[in-house]
Amino acid sequence: MNASTVRWTLAVLAHLALLLAWYLFVKLGNVPRFVMPSPSATLDALLQPNYDWWANMAVTATEIFAGYALALVAGVALALLFTWSKALEAFFMPLLVSLNMIPKVALGPLIIVWFKYGVFPNTLMAFSICVFPILLTTARGLREIEPELLDLVNSLKGSRWQLFTKIQLPGSLPYIFSGMKVAAILAVAGAIVGEFLGSDKGLGYLMLQVQVTLDTPAMFMAVLLITLIGMALYGLVLGLETLLVPKDARVD
Amino acid sequence: MPVEPFIRMRGVSKTYRSGKKEHLAISDATFDVMPGELVSLVGPSGCGKSTLLKILAGLHPNDGGELKIGSATHAFDPARDVGMVFQAPLLLKWRRILQNVLLPAEILGLPQKESRERAKDLLALVGLAGYEDKYPYELSGGMQQRAAIARSLVHDPKLVLMDEPFGALDALTREKMNLELLRIWKEAGKTIVFVTHGISEAVFLGTRVVVLTAGPARMADNFEIALPRPRTLDMKTHERFGDYTRRIYRLLGME
Repeated sequence: MNASTVRWTLAVLAHLALLLAWYLFVKLGNVPRFVMPSPSATLDALLQPNYDWWANMAVTATEIFAGYALALVAGVALALLFTWSKALEAFFMPLLVSLNMIPKVALGPLIIVWFKYGVFPNTLMAFSICVFPILLTTARGLREIEPELLDLVNSLKGSRWQLFTKIQLPGSLPYIFSGMKVAAILAVAGAIVGEFLGSDKGLGYLMLQVQVTLDTPAMFMAVLLITLIGMALYGLVLGLETLLVPKDARVD
Repeated sequence: MPVEPFIRMRGVSKTYRSGKKEHLAISDATFDVMPGELVSLVGPSGCGKSTLLKILAGLHPNDGGELKIGSATHAFDPARDVGMVFQAPLLLKWRRILQNVLLPAEILGLPQKESRERAKDLLALVGLAGYEDKYPYELSGGMQQRAAIARSLVHDPKLVLMDEPFGALDALTREKMNLELLRIWKEAGKTIVFVTHGISEAVFLGTRVVVLTAGPARMADNFEIALPRPRTLDMKTHERFGDYTRRIYRLLGME
């Protein structure tokens, strides 16, 4: 077995071990179902047709992916704009660092006041929580240029645009991905908090509904499905990174 | 008709100002570089050798004195005719070696097909044939610096400026790269200004050595190295080689 097979095997084993520990804990501890359901009871929750699992999952996934995509476009575009000149950067960057300090979930009630409840405000929640890490890491990547590389381009009388397209932008790609990975995890949290605060569909909404009836297996299932959406997004980002950024250039 | 110098420097000085503080980076640099020469600029850290190189590259203007690059027989275009090599290879991590070498040609908008051919030839010249499609991280430090040298030559500049290009390499690789540089210099036929703080390296490589001292930064000496060519490593044990290095040590106050 080579090193990568060993690592994959260990990863799968760790997950299976957690499942087993969960099962044994519930079984041997005689834990009541409404406190912690067994893995099989959790799976059974999927059989409840009136929970509309797939429709609710689609809504949450839409909010997460749409908010994330918007944040990616806006974050990269704003970073490009703000770092284009030293003056713009000196003006905007401190402001962005301050704005980043706002706990984005605290904006939830405001967003509901402004946009009512539904898919759009929840998308906005996901967006607002994702945009800053992407913006700030992209800006950092655009700034990270060795002074001597600048000398090299200047000695050839290269233009600002050439410096940007040939060196700054591709150089910032690993940083953009590092921000995207952080944002992928946050996006899920943003959309779910949005659904908690005010919503009539989605997995977060469903969780609040089943909480009332103490259907803990369904709550467990909802968390699991939310996690799966997050993993799908994260996996997509990792795949793109492998495709676009050479191994040595990656930033974690 | 005597050949005119390619670089003519007369009393060139440069002062950097930050706030009210002034820092004299270089004062009264006066020397000529003939076409096709390899001139070593040697001196301790902070003696202004890198500043001098930046002035030659047209990156910083000089405050005082006169600088003329190019002659009637060897025209000089400041945008097209400067190649640069730094202490770090500064290869772009996301580009393969061939694409890295092509960077200056892209910036200058040179014809793609010819540039590619030239880049491949240059990679062969620096001993990197077969590495065209590798990424920089797949190459050792010495090999990366070879690629950087190929990059500095891809647009066929008349003047190549090297700022301690082998300073980060281990001693053995450095000696090897010195021999390689002499071979590349001979085949490429460029005028090279080579900045180093290695005294033996300066003497070994240079047709001429310009010695700079620090605090205050000034030019201490400028003399020809009359060692036979091609240079071989055992010349380092020659009496005359020792005379030259001793002369530089003395100028730098290290004896």
